[in-house]
Amino acid sequence: MAKHHVQTTINGDPIEFLCDTEETLLDVLRNQLNMTGTKEGCSTGDCGACSVTVDNRLVCSCLMLGVEANGKKIGTIEGLASGDKLHPLQQKFLEHAALQCGVCTPGFLVASKALLEKNSNPTETEVRYWLAGNLCRCTGYDKIVRAVMDAAHEIRSA
Amino acid sequence: MQDKAKSPMSSEFSVVGTRPVRPDGVDKVTGRARFGADLNLSGQLTGAVLRSPHVHARVLKIDVSQALALEGVKAVVTQKDFAPQVNSTTAFGEGTLNLMHMLTNVLAGDKVLFHGHPIAAVAATNAAVAKRALKLIKVDYEVLPHVIDVDEAMALGAPLLFPDMITEGVKPAPTTPSNIAKRIDIVLGDVEAGFKVADVIIERSFKTAPVHQGYIEPHACVATVSEDGQAELWVSTQGHWIVRMLCAKLLGWDINKIKVTAAEIGGGFGGKTVVYLEPLALLLSQKSRRPVKMVMSREDVIRATGPTSGSSMTVKIGATNDGRIVAGEALLKYQAGALPGSPVGPGCMCAFAPYDLPNVKVTGYDVVSNRPKVAAYRAPGAPISEYAVEAVVDELAATLKMDPIEFRLKNVAKQGTKAAYGPKFGPVGMAESLEAAKASAHWRTPLGKNQGRGVAAGFWFNIGGETTVSLVLNEDGTLGLTAGTPDIGGLRASLCMMASEELKVPLEKIRVQIGDTNQLGYNFLTGGSRSTFSSGMATVEAARDIKKEAVRRAAKLWELPEEAVEWDSGSGSVRPAGPNAGKHTPMTLVDIARIAGKTGGPIVGYSRLNAHGAAPSFACHIADVEVDPETGKASIVRYTAIQDAGRAIHPSYVEGQYQGGVAQGIGWALNEEYIYGTDGKLQNAGFLDYRIPVASDLPMLDTIIIEVPNPTHPYGVRGVGETCIIPPLAAISNAMSMATGVRFAELPMSPPKVLAALDKARAANTAKM
Amino acid sequence: MRYEAPESVEKACQLLADDVGHARILAGGTDLLVQIKTDVLDPSLLIDIKKIQELREINTGSGGFRIGAAVTGAELKEHDGLRAAWPGIVEAANLIGSTQVQGRATLGGNLCNGSPAADSVPALIAAGAKVVIAGPNGRRELPVEDIMVGVRKLALTKGELIVSFIVPPRPKQGGDAYLRFIPRTEMDIAVVGCGVSLQLDADGTCTFARLALGAVAERPLLVGDAAKALIGSKLDAKAVDVAAAAASAACRPIDDKRGTKAFRIKVAAVLARRTIQIALDRAHGKTGTTH
Repeated sequence: MAKHHVQTTINGDPIEFLCDTEETLLDVLRNQLNMTGTKEGCSTGDCGACSVTVDNRLVCSCLMLGVEANGKKIGTIEGLASGDKLHPLQQKFLEHAALQCGVCTPGFLVASKALLEKNSNPTETEVRYWLAGNLCRCTGYDKIVRAVMDAAHEIRSA
Repeated sequence: MQDKAKSPMSSEFSVVGTRPVRPDGVDKVTGRARFGADLNLSGQLTGAVLRSPHVHARVLKIDVSQALALEGVKAVVTQKDFAPQVNSTTAFGEGTLNLMHMLTNVLAGDKVLFHGHPIAAVAATNAAVAKRALKLIKVDYEVLPHVIDVDEAMALGAPLLFPDMITEGVKPAPTTPSNIAKRIDIVLGDVEAGFKVADVIIERSFKTAPVHQGYIEPHACVATVSEDGQAELWVSTQGHWIVRMLCAKLLGWDINKIKVTAAEIGGGFGGKTVVYLEPLALLLSQKSRRPVKMVMSREDVIRATGPTSGSSMTVKIGATNDGRIVAGEALLKYQAGALPGSPVGPGCMCAFAPYDLPNVKVTGYDVVSNRPKVAAYRAPGAPISEYAVEAVVDELAATLKMDPIEFRLKNVAKQGTKAAYGPKFGPVGMAESLEAAKASAHWRTPLGKNQGRGVAAGFWFNIGGETTVSLVLNEDGTLGLTAGTPDIGGLRASLCMMASEELKVPLEKIRVQIGDTNQLGYNFLTGGSRSTFSSGMATVEAARDIKKEAVRRAAKLWELPEEAVEWDSGSGSVRPAGPNAGKHTPMTLVDIARIAGKTGGPIVGYSRLNAHGAAPSFACHIADVEVDPETGKASIVRYTAIQDAGRAIHPSYVEGQYQGGVAQGIGWALNEEYIYGTDGKLQNAGFLDYRIPVASDLPMLDTIIIEVPNPTHPYGVRGVGETCIIPPLAAISNAMSMATGVRFAELPMSPPKVLAALDKARAANTAKM
Repeated sequence: MRYEAPESVEKACQLLADDVGHARILAGGTDLLVQIKTDVLDPSLLIDIKKIQELREINTGSGGFRIGAAVTGAELKEHDGLRAAWPGIVEAANLIGSTQVQGRATLGGNLCNGSPAADSVPALIAAGAKVVIAGPNGRRELPVEDIMVGVRKLALTKGELIVSFIVPPRPKQGGDAYLRFIPRTEMDIAVVGCGVSLQLDADGTCTFARLALGAVAERPLLVGDAAKALIGSKLDAKAVDVAAAAASAACRPIDDKRGTKAFRIKVAAVLARRTIQIALDRAHGKTGTTH
C-alpha cells in the first residue's frame, strides 16, 4: 500500500517524509532523515536511548509510529544546543564526566531537559525516578544525577 | 562525597590528576558521535540472521533457494561459505581461541547448540525483505535432548554437546567423552597440612547465574567489499585488529584485504572482543557487491552473545584462632556456554589472590551446556570465584569474632607475597585499600533498622600487550595523536593528558583519534584494563620520541652536536645544554615545527611496543544494604568503592570506572540472571526482564582512589576498569547476612529466593523455641 | 499494515466491525508496538484512536470523573482534581513503565492489553470504576473487573471499543491506594499488585471497602472476602490481618520469570496490609506519595 505522507516540525524545522505504517518514528529519524543522534538500544521502550519529545512530551521514539508524528513538534538531541552554545545540561554532562561510552547520553539529555522544563528544582530522588527509563551501563548514574542537579541549579541561577 | 585522588607525587604533575573535559565529549552530547549503527553507505543492504528455534538439534538440511529467489534478496550465506577451520585451541588475550569453535558460534554447522544459535544470514534491499527471506529458509532439524545447568551437564548420562569431547588437563586422559572441556589445577603448599593446623574450617557451596555485559549499544557493523576483494569494515568493537584477524582467518582472506575502522563504541565490558556479525557482513557484501549493514536486536544480543559464566562452587577455608588463614581450597565449575572457553582459568588464579596464604588448592572445570557461548565480561571469571571466597572469609571472621577488615588485613597480600597462581607481587595496594576502608566515615556510620554492612576485597591482574601509537607534530606546532585501542570510557582524554604532561603542550593543541587498522601497527584490544596502561605507555614514549627529534633538529639548526642540546621539561622547549654550547634562544615545539622542513622533514613520534609490567589492582568495597523482611527485597543504601589506581590520570574517569563496576556488581548480586524454562529456552531476552540497575535503584556511589604507583609505567598507571566489578557481589551478600542473620549462597539474591531463605530461617528459629 | 485515524467513536467502531483481518486499536502503542515488533501480533489494520476528542478528555461532571480511554498516565498525573480524589488510580497509572512510557501509555490500553499484571486495573477495580463500551449496537457499561476474562481475553465483542472510564466521586472520609511489588524500583512488570479503596464513617468505622489484586491469577481479582473483613471494623490490626489472609487465599498464581507462586501468595498479604494503611491514612486526610 502507499506510504503515508507526514508533515512535522523537527527541532523547529518543517520536515516532510514518507513512511510505511510499520516504521517507527525512530526508524524514520535514523534511516530516512539521517538524524542518528537518537539511538536504538532495545526497540521495546525499556532503555530510553531513543528519547525524543513530541509536543514537548517525553517519549520513546521506538514506541511511536512515524505516521503518528503527523502535525507534531518533535525535539531531538540535535536540537539541544543553540548555535555555538551548548545547553547547560550538555555542558554539565561534560564537566561532571557524566558519560563514558556516550551511547545513552542523547537519551539522558533529552529526558533531563524534559524534567527541568517541568521541575526546575528536582530532588535527587525525583531525578532518579524521572530517569529510571534511561539505562546507563557505564556510569552507575552517580555523575549523571550530579550533572542534572548542577545544571538545574545553573539554570535556576541564570 | 567524592574524595579527591590522593597522590603523594601529585606536585610533579601539572596535567595528570586534573579533570579536563574529554576531547570527544562535545560530539557525544550533541548526537554527532557516530556509533556502530550510525553509518550508512550508498547502495547499502540490510543483513539479517536466521537463528535456531531449537535448543539442541542436528541440522539435517538447509535449503536457501526460496529465500534467494525472493525479489530484493541479494545474498544468503551458511557455514559452507566459510573457510574450513581446525579444531585447536591457543592462548589469546585474557582467554583462549579456537577458530573452529568461533566459526561454529558465528554460524552453526551440522548442529545447533543453543536457542538463538545463528544458522544462516541474508542480505536484502531492506529490513522487511530480509525478514521475509529468513522465513523462506527451510531447515530440517532433528531435535536432541538438551542440558542447561552446569551440575547436570557434568553428571553421568547428560546429553553430550560434542560426542568426541575428552576432558583436557586430566591425567591419564579420560576414555569417555563428557561435557567437561577442561580441568585446571592450581596448587601452592599443602592444603591438607594447612587444614590440620586450622582451629576453624568453614566449607560452603555456592551457585551464581550467568549475567550479560548489558552494553546499551547492540552489536552493529557495516561491511563493503569491492570487486577486487578489498574490504572495509566499520564496527563497534573493543579491538579492531582482533576483528580483522578473526575475519581474515574465518574467511580465508589475506589480512591486508580488510581495513577495519572502530566506530564509537556504546559499551562493551568484554562482550565486544569477539566477532558475531562481522564475518557475515563481509561475506554477504562480497557475494552481493553491495555494502551490508547488520545490527543486532536487543533480544539477539541477550540470547546469543556472550554473557559470562554461571557457576557451581565449593570453597573451604581454615584459620587459626589468632586469625591467620592457613589453607584455602576451591572447586569451581564454570559454564562455558555451548562451546568450550569459560573464564574458569582466571577464576582459579584470582580466587585467593587478595591474601598471602601458605596453602592453596583450586580446581576448575570448564563445562559446556546448551547456552550461548560466554564472552569476556569485566575481570572475566574473577567476580565469581572471589565472591565465594569473600563470603567464606566473612563468615570465618564472624566465627572468630574478628572485625572483617582486621581479619583481611591480617592475611593481606602485599609486596613480596607469592600468589598461588605463580608470581610474586610488586608494590600493591590491598592493605592500603583496607586501611582506607577502615578509616572511612562510611565504616563508622551507624546502621538503621534491617540494615547490614558488608565488605569484600577484590583482585584483578591487568594486562599489557602489543600497542602502537603515533604522534605527529603539525606544521604549526600542534599535535595529532593516533592510538589503536578503542576508547570505551575516556581513553582519549587520558592519552591527551599524558602527551600534554610530557611535552608541556596545552591539551587543546592535541587532537586525538583512534586510528584504523591501516594507520598503525598492530594493537591488541581494549580489555584487561590495558588501554590507559599500554596506549598510555606508548603515548609517553611517542612524546619522548618527539622530544628527542626536537633536540636533533635544534642541534642541526644550531650546528651543535646533539649532546650539546637538551629538552627543558620545565618550559617544554629545547635549549643549549650548557654555557659552552653557545647562546641560542630556546625553541618551543612551535619553533621546531616551523624548521622541520629544512632540518630533515616531518616530525613524527612513534611507539610500538609490547607493554610489559602491567600491575594488579586491588580493591575493598563497603556496602550498606537494607532488606525488607516481609518481601526479601534488598536496597543498596550506601556504597563506597576503594581501589588502587596506581595513578589516576583523569580522576573523574577513574571514579567512573569504579562506579560503573559497582553498579554492574550490584545488578549481578541482586537481580540479573538468565532465566530458562524446562524447554531450555531463555525467557528474559530483553531489558524488561533482564533487570539491570536503573537510576532509582542506586544511591550515590562513593569512591576513594588509592595511588600506589606501578613502577613499570612512566606515570605509575595500573588498569582500573575490572577490579571494581569483583567486590560488590560478596560485599552485598555479606551485608545481607548481617542485616538478616542468614547466610546467602546463591546469586542473584532476588526477592523470592531471599524471602524463602528468611522464612526457612524463621521456621527453624520457631521450631527451636 | 493499514493505518486509520478516525475522528469519531462511530467511525472507529465501523472500522473494527468491517475489518476482516486482525484490526487492533492503537492508543499509546507502548504494548502494541512491542508485540508487533516481536511477531506476537501481526495486525492488518491499526486504528489510531488518539484523534477522537472524547477519548482524550477527563470530564468532571456530577462529582465523579469520566476519563477518556486514550488519556495517558502523564495526563492523569497533571489533573489536579483526579489526583486529589483518586491518588491510587493516578499512582497506579504512573507506575506503568518509564516517564517516556507514561507520556504515551493510556488507561484504556493498559486494560485492553489484557495482562493480569496491568497496574492501573486493580486500582480502578478498587475504586469501583465502570467502563463505557461503544459498539455497532450503541453503548453499554461494565464494571472494570468484568472486562478482562483471562490472559489477553476481553469481554468485548466484534466492533466494540472502550470509550471511557467512569470513576465515582471520592466518598467523604474515603481513600484509595495502589502498591505493587517489583524486584527493582522502576521499569518492571508487577509481581503482585494491590489496589484498595476505603470509606470511613464519623467514628472511624469502615463502611465501604474494595480490594483488588493484580498478577496473582489469569486476570485481576476483586477480593470480596478482604472487603468483608474490613467493612464494619475500625481497621484494627486483627481486621487487617484477616483481610490480608483473604488476599493471599484469593491468589491462584503461577511460577514464572518474575516470581514464584509461594512468593506471590505471601507478598499479596504484605501488600494488602501496606495498601490498606495508605488508603486509611488518606481517608483520614493525610497526604503523601508512595515512593
